[in-house]
Amino acid sequence: MLVGRTLDGMSDDVAIRVRGLRKAYGDNVAVAGLDLDVHRGEVFALLGPNGAGKTTTVEILEGYRRRDAGEVRVLGTDPESVLGAGRSGSSESLAADWRSRVGIVLQGTGEFDELTVAEVVGHFAGFYPAGDDPDKVIERVGLAGKAQARTHTLSGGQKRRLDVALGIIGRPELLFLDEPTTGFDPEARREFWELIRDLSAAGTTIVLTTHYLDEAEALADRVGVIAGGRLIEVAAPDSLGRRREALATVSWRTPEGQAESAESATPTALVAELAARFGGEVPGLTVTRPTLEDIYLRMIGQQ
Amino acid sequence: MTTTTKPTAPVVAPAARRLGPARLALRQGRLELRQFLRSRESVVFTLGFPIIMVLIFASIFNDEIAPGVSYTQYFVTGMIATGLMTVSFQNLGIWIPIERDRGVLKRYRGTPMPKWVWFAGKVIMVLVTGVVMTAMLLAVSVTLFDLDLPRTATAWLTFGWVSTLGITACTLCGIAISSLARTARSGSAVVTPVALVLQFISGVFFVFTNLPNWMQQVAAFFPLKWMCQGLRSVFLPESFGAQEPGGSFELTRVALVLAAWCVIGLVLCLTTFRWTTRRDG
Repeated sequence: MLVGRTLDGMSDDVAIRVRGLRKAYGDNVAVAGLDLDVHRGEVFALLGPNGAGKTTTVEILEGYRRRDAGEVRVLGTDPESVLGAGRSGSSESLAADWRSRVGIVLQGTGEFDELTVAEVVGHFAGFYPAGDDPDKVIERVGLAGKAQARTHTLSGGQKRRLDVALGIIGRPELLFLDEPTTGFDPEARREFWELIRDLSAAGTTIVLTTHYLDEAEALADRVGVIAGGRLIEVAAPDSLGRRREALATVSWRTPEGQAESAESATPTALVAELAARFGGEVPGLTVTRPTLEDIYLRMIGQQ
Repeated sequence: MTTTTKPTAPVVAPAARRLGPARLALRQGRLELRQFLRSRESVVFTLGFPIIMVLIFASIFNDEIAPGVSYTQYFVTGMIATGLMTVSFQNLGIWIPIERDRGVLKRYRGTPMPKWVWFAGKVIMVLVTGVVMTAMLLAVSVTLFDLDLPRTATAWLTFGWVSTLGITACTLCGIAISSLARTARSGSAVVTPVALVLQFISGVFFVFTNLPNWMQQVAAFFPLKWMCQGLRSVFLPESFGAQEPGGSFELTRVALVLAAWCVIGLVLCLTTFRWTTRRDG
């Protein structure tokens, strides 16, 4: 891993540091004072409803958009300096260095209709100083059988894999994935998760936005929930929204066949009590804890 | 930035496997050409259109417009100018909005590719297609309609600089006008009428001096009229110059107006070019 790269007081293990980020489009405030830290090597998932400010935030971090206020550092560099690069000659090479360390998978795909998968991936590999082997990357994202296919003949899920291939072809230290598995079938999604775990195991820092809570739960070391342009909570998936301490719900049927349920901090005791009451088997017994989705919906519902 | 103002440590450049500028530009040009050649519609309409027009017009009109000057000779010069405008101005003005809308440009911006490389790729594509189209037009006109090729080195030189300056101006204006289109589809709606009107008022289809005076005045503001006039000096006899509005082919003025459009186009490109669509920020 890369160590000792920054001298400006940012600790080495911080890949992204955001303080007080603000961005408005006219009267519409998309991001309203967002703070965020992402550590090197971690998989960080940003969750949030549409319009919560996820994509705006990520695109500011990727060096695509300007911000109105706040402090942003991505791999020790202010992405806004990259956005403006090129007008003043010397900064262009610094911008290129930063760009070659950051991989981006955008939400919308940029299609190259008339080119094949191998041509596009090979072409993009040439932009990077230490680009990966195109064939290997195509294989890795599961497009080996489609390498010679024109990109417009790919299915939605296959196009998304191509996007991912272009995101990782430069062997980035930091990879942004904006809703990467939209349009994937369940099997493709599992394969994609494996790829992300591989990249993460190799030390790549990953920031992904997603609508799928199971995806966040399966991949992320930490989850941040955005609502109303603010990060309302950051936690490991299993402790988000005090999920660990959440009450369990015990449900059963009465002898008359009516559904009953109760929330309890001590479900085992409740079940034992029910068992005693029914003299053995409790009809229709279930014990559940809130899923990440339940917690998440409650959190954004409060906003 | 409360903690410190120390600069970040210089990033240690990884082993110099980064491609050099020439390689980058050539790769980009090859990619653009490949994309162009594989989209059949654009090949047919961009390269085929001027040829089809020559075939039609030269077959319909075969009278002389001046002693020793056939309409075909006159028309071919106009079609070469039109062709140069088609491969540059129209081609870029139509395709760049499509690529921008699809997010291709945004994707390029997310890579370490220097911005100029993308423009270089477009320029290479325009130049190659421009040369091919001109050669095809000349071949058709010489074999089917007895066009006389220029005989002197000076004429070929003039042919070279008028074409180069003209295609440069049209390329820059094409890139500039691409930012007017809000969506992929509106590119051709913006560019096609402009190109068509210019062709009619610049003396491509009709002998320029037969056009109403006000039309000539309007056309004189735009590059196509001057490209046509410059090319007439190459393919038509010296004597025809006397029939031009200025009493000669006015090559100095041709150079000045085309150079001015290069500057205008360049300034517009530098100030208005967009890598993303409006809704994309």
